[in-house]
Amino acid sequence: MLYALCFLLFMIGLYCAVVKKNLVKIVIGLAIMEYAVNLFLIMLGYRVGGTAPIIGRGDVATGVDRLAARFVNNAVDPLPQALVLTSIVISLGSLALLISICIRIYDRYGTFDITEIRRLKG
Amino acid sequence: MKGMTVIVKTVSGWVKVLIFLFGINIILFGHLTPGGGFAGGVILASSYVLLMLAFGREFVQKNLPISLASRLDCLGAFLFALVALLGVVFGGSFFVNFLYQKYMPGQALDLVSAGTIPLSNIAIGLKVGASLFLAIFALSSLHRDFQRPEAAGDSKHPATGQE
Amino acid sequence: MSRVLPAFVVVPLVVAFILPVFGKKGKVWATLVANMVTISLLALAVACVGKTGIYEVGNWSSRVGIVLVLDGLASLMLLAVNVVAAAAMLFSVRYMEQYTAKPKYLSLFLLMVAGMNGVVITGDIFNLYVFLEIASIASYALVGFGCEHEELEASFKYMVLGSVASSLILLGIALVYGNTGALNMAYTARAIQGSGVNAGLAFAMSLFIAGFGLKAALVPFHAWLPDAHPSAPAPISAMLSGVLIKALGVYALSRLIFNVFGVSIPVGWVLIALGVLSMVVGVFLAVGQWDFKRLLAYHSISQMGYVVLGIGLGALILAKGGNPLWASLAILGGLFHLVNHAVFKSLLFLTSGSVEMATGTRQLKQMGGLVERMPYTRAACTIASAAIAGVPPFNGFWSKLILVIAAVQAGFFGLAAVTVVVSLVTLLSFLKVQRYVFLGELPEALRNTHETGGSMVTAMLFLASLCLLMSLLVLVPSLRVAVLQPAVDALVEGVNHSIRVANL
Repeated sequence: MLYALCFLLFMIGLYCAVVKKNLVKIVIGLAIMEYAVNLFLIMLGYRVGGTAPIIGRGDVATGVDRLAARFVNNAVDPLPQALVLTSIVISLGSLALLISICIRIYDRYGTFDITEIRRLKG
Repeated sequence: MKGMTVIVKTVSGWVKVLIFLFGINIILFGHLTPGGGFAGGVILASSYVLLMLAFGREFVQKNLPISLASRLDCLGAFLFALVALLGVVFGGSFFVNFLYQKYMPGQALDLVSAGTIPLSNIAIGLKVGASLFLAIFALSSLHRDFQRPEAAGDSKHPATGQE
Repeated sequence: MSRVLPAFVVVPLVVAFILPVFGKKGKVWATLVANMVTISLLALAVACVGKTGIYEVGNWSSRVGIVLVLDGLASLMLLAVNVVAAAAMLFSVRYMEQYTAKPKYLSLFLLMVAGMNGVVITGDIFNLYVFLEIASIASYALVGFGCEHEELEASFKYMVLGSVASSLILLGIALVYGNTGALNMAYTARAIQGSGVNAGLAFAMSLFIAGFGLKAALVPFHAWLPDAHPSAPAPISAMLSGVLIKALGVYALSRLIFNVFGVSIPVGWVLIALGVLSMVVGVFLAVGQWDFKRLLAYHSISQMGYVVLGIGLGALILAKGGNPLWASLAILGGLFHLVNHAVFKSLLFLTSGSVEMATGTRQLKQMGGLVERMPYTRAACTIASAAIAGVPPFNGFWSKLILVIAAVQAGFFGLAAVTVVVSLVTLLSFLKVQRYVFLGELPEALRNTHETGGSMVTAMLFLASLCLLMSLLVLVPSLRVAVLQPAVDALVEGVNHSIRVANL
């Protein structure tokens, strides 16, 4: 059910990137798409009733011998969280480049409207 | 970008130091608490963005010139690559955590533990902070009065030979 | 030999970050260092031919860590990427003097090379995505490098479509991880072999075809290519058209289809359909173009159709359980055409860059009679046009012949006919290029053009001689067995290949 909502968010972002005519709104649509994919990736690791995958001093104090077993049995999957960190960094770089190109396009063409930025045809 | 009033300038001068220290805390304890190199670097960059908003771009240009930020950027990336290469020299493969395995194991959950991970965090924090600061500084310098291209009298496009 | 695998990624990455320190004053040093890097990577790629091995990063075992894999297909792609990178970097020594900020160009170029090398040698699906993004973001910035009107517009269009493609690919990777629980290609292959392809994995497959098809500019997804490739500076057009759409698009797709998911009949038909559409639409849109680089960009779409057709034909024959000899022949044709296209299309873009630098325009109607002024460029362009059209002694002829033979033997006579017709129309459009650019009479405005010698001519002649020599790769049996056959075997062996290489 939650996965369907996540996919709906992805579709909203795709609609926004495809239909809108303002450059900045297209960029926002792309950002929404990337958020939706990151959200999906984190939700994959979820375990009902799980704890955060952090080992603190309290866990170490209550007994080191069964620490690994308790961790694996109770914690949510930490690998998708590492993947999402990487993905957030990548989309940050991509978004910065998109915004700077938008600003430069405004500098050259004088408008943000994509129906007027159509010098390349054919 | 011009600065703001005296109250804003005074308070943000104090707050900027606190944010900077918080960023350094997130970077250094990256192997123990959530965060790490990237999140700490973003916080460092945002402390300079606060300065830029409150005091104006020229003040920040004197405080942290672009050439210095660019050098710090390259230095951060180079340090990260150096840590990886030292893994080859001491451990036999890239990114081997040689400090943890051989030289300085340390107690778990201390500040000095987990081998080369804090060094990687520091390098990444330096790089991300410097490059995000550069990016926002460069983006803010593009804000000026725009003229429409027809009014400005553009010259011929070099490749297509059209106006 | 697998111990030097990380050097393909690490050396360009580290040098890319050192180069901005040189600044404006050290431009000559920066160019020298960058050229040494690409030439040494080329030497390393030649040394890696025919070897296999895996490299575990950080000494973590392959169950938990990232592995770098060198097998036949990876070594062939490494050769292609590094040959084009070395030639383009040599060309840009002189060509990029027209632009300011040359050290930034060099470091972006090296980042793109590092990303592409990483895509080709990695054995982990998420690592593939990371290197894909490194190469893509560097190429977005390079397409808009001149900051003129049209370059920015082209770069924006390319970026939006590229970001959509990356999001689709990441969604596919998330679905694969959710269904199999592993990210290493060998472990994923074993899990899929065990559990079969369920609905989630089939949806992931379709997302991968859409995402990588967007990166490879196959026909429903080709809208960015005719704008992006002409607007980029000429050596970047050569890199983009020559290797980026192949390493990021076709290589990744074929690696995932053959070695991770396993071939199936619907996937084979989809690939054949995409290939035929790309071939036909690309060449018919190319014939009517009057802009030199835009014509070459549409031809890129058409030739990618050949490659995808070959690979799809091989996949379909394998999935139906037909004769593995014809499947292997079809894949040989596809892969050989991939490498050939890298060489002759990048040569064509480099010659168009040389012509543009000398005459200042890209429109065919404004040029003419350049044969007397620029003999070397004319020779290189003729060789490359003959190669792409499929004229006998050059390499393009052999790869198209292999594809036609494989299609006929497998019973797809219609496909063979389409291939021959498209090849004839390609010949037609390149005759048009030759007539308008080089033959005919020299207009008044171009009386003072001259050949810009030195590094540009060297790079073009290097690639032109490769066009001739590469036909030996398929004619001489020992070379074929050493270079091409391991790549074909890596794909034909399918899912068992990845499991075997990882020693599971």
